[in-house]
Order: sequence, then structure tokens, then C-alpha cells
Amino acid sequence: MAGPRNVQYSVRLPPFQSLVDAHAGELHRFLVACVGYPDAEDCLQETFLSALRAYPRLERAENLRGWLYLIAHRKATDAIRRRQRHPLSDLDGVPPERLAVPATRLADDGLWGAVRRLPSKQRAALVHRFVFDLAYRDVAARMGVSEEAARQNVSAGLRRLRLEVSR
Amino acid sequence: MTDLEQRLANLPDAGPALDLDRLQAELARRASRAGLLDVAYASADSPLGKLTVFVTRRGLVRMAYENEPDDLLLEELAEGVSPRLLRDPRRTDAARSELEEYFEGHRRSFDLPIDWSLVHGFAVGVLQATARVPFGEVTSYGEMAAEAGSPRAARAAGNALGSNPIPIVVPCHRVLHADGGLGGYSGGLDRKRFLLHLEGTLPASGR
Repeated sequence: MAGPRNVQYSVRLPPFQSLVDAHAGELHRFLVACVGYPDAEDCLQETFLSALRAYPRLERAENLRGWLYLIAHRKATDAIRRRQRHPLSDLDGVPPERLAVPATRLADDGLWGAVRRLPSKQRAALVHRFVFDLAYRDVAARMGVSEEAARQNVSAGLRRLRLEVSR
Repeated sequence: MTDLEQRLANLPDAGPALDLDRLQAELARRASRAGLLDVAYASADSPLGKLTVFVTRRGLVRMAYENEPDDLLLEELAEGVSPRLLRDPRRTDAARSELEEYFEGHRRSFDLPIDWSLVHGFAVGVLQATARVPFGEVTSYGEMAAEAGSPRAARAAGNALGSNPIPIVVPCHRVLHADGGLGGYSGGLDRKRFLLHLEGTLPASGR
């Protein structure tokens, strides 16, 4: 059997299932804010798969939640780029049962569209700060950046949004 | 808070809620196909209560009665086998259906391959000898110690059997005291009595 069996890990990693159980809900909410429905669920799958792939090689286990948010952030950024590149192929490969679900319009659609067009760090910073109501210190931990950088991303994001939605 | 900030805070939640079961099933399926799932687990109902079954690509690696708390079990597997561990009923189907057949009286031996990863030292010899004790027979701690190469280590054999990670399939319930007393059982003596009764070998005294 391939895989890291009976290896002495330098860090004690919790069973991966416990990460899914503890964080699937909040990561989904984060992704809904970043990419909307139904992409959020696909991004969440991709997030956990990438995390599982890298998991045994992790050298630190203190901030697994922040690590998951970073991966989710990357997946959201990829999904938005794909969207921008192939705006007309949204329904390609979407299983028929998904198509039966009426397209979900978010209330305040215009604002969320504008959020989606922000640079990815500004978007993530705004979601952590306002959707999750986190202090800048915690925004920074979730994003793996300094508190100062978190503040700058939030204020730059707000400035850009104001311009967009007032137009 | 400005108006814009307030609108951001009101993340619309009009959309479909996250379907956790679908997420879990799809994640396990894709992880398995990509070779990223080292330990799959699921629980099964049995006459002895809920059983939790853990399998690797090698085979059955752990089984637990419900008196063992889930979180400790998962940690034990994460540390002793691999942290790439997910709930996946599909991968444990074969194990669960063999157990069901056993409890219904339709199966006398298990075809499941066993993964001995959680067994170390002296216990390897003791538990592998135990795995060869057939349905309908019983043996003693001393005999198992002798099979493992240390005829006088009956007590150590008892400890090894007490730490059996795969009860029922590695049939430590078939090991009794030489005088016919039931000895011990990590799942509780009631379960040991039940299994011996099912196999028709419960000593008359039933102690």
C-alpha cells in the first residue's frame, strides 16, 4: 500500500474527517460570498481534495482552519477566473439534477457581482471582515497575512466597491 | 458601520443549504479514486450495538464497539495509521456485510483481509494465532502464549488480547481461562457471552 504509513509525523495531525465536520459549513458560506451558487459547492469539494492531498506533508498544525481558508480562497479565485474566461459555458458539465434547481438569485445581486470582480485578496478580506464579522487580527490569521495588510485590503476593497456601486 | 458594510454583512442565505451528505459522499469517492484516502470508516448496526469499522487498502484495520468514543478512535487511527481518514460507507460495505452474515448465523469465517498495522510486538504473534482459532472452538491464554513462542507468558497474552484492535474478526472471544472461566473482554463480558453462545461454545458455567 502506498502512502505514509507508520511514519513518525513531526506534527500531530487530527483525523481529516474532523476538519470536514468542523469547517465545511463556514467554508461553504465563505465560498458562497466569494463565488455564489452553485460554484461554492464545487469549490468546497476542490478545497477539501487539495487539502487532503497536501495534508500529510504539513509541517505545522496550529492553524489548520486558516490553512483551509487559504486553499478555499485560491479555489474561489480560480473559479472566478474560469468564469471570466468562459462566461458562456456555465452549463457545460452541470449534471441535469442541478439544472432543475432554479438559478438562485442572491438578494443584492449587484453588490455581490461587484464583490466578485474585486482583486481576490480584497474580496477575501471583505468577506472575512464583514460577512464573518472578524477583527482585523483574525482576518489576518485567516488570510495568512499581516494585520496591516488585512486592513489595507479591506479599505482598498471598500473604496473600489463604493466606486462600482455608486456608478 | 456604513451602509455598504451593512449590506456586506447581510450575506444572502436564500440559496440552497449545503448538502453535507452529498459533499461527504462525493469527497470520499474522489479522494478514493485519487489514492488520497488511507482509512475509510463507517458504522454498522449489530446485535451487540453499533460497530464502527475502519478499513485501509490492505484490509480491516480496526473495529470498535460503541463503548469506545468516536473522537478517540479517529485520533488513534490518524496517529497509528494515517490522518487521511474519511467517513465512507461504500468502502466498508464488504466488511459490514460479512459481519451481518456472521450475526445471522450464515458465516463461520471471515474472508476479509486483515491489516495488522495497529498491532505491535508480542501481540502480533498472539493475535495472529488467535485469528487461526476456528468458529466453534475455544482455547486458552496459555495456548495462545505458547503459539506466540512464550508458553509461560499467559498474562502477557491476556494483555495482548485485551488490546485486540479487531474484535469479532480476530476472535479473542474464543480465548478462555484454562479452567473454563470466561476471562476478560474489552467489550464487556456480556458481549463475550453473546458471541460464544452464537458459536455454540459458551461453557455451561458461563462465568
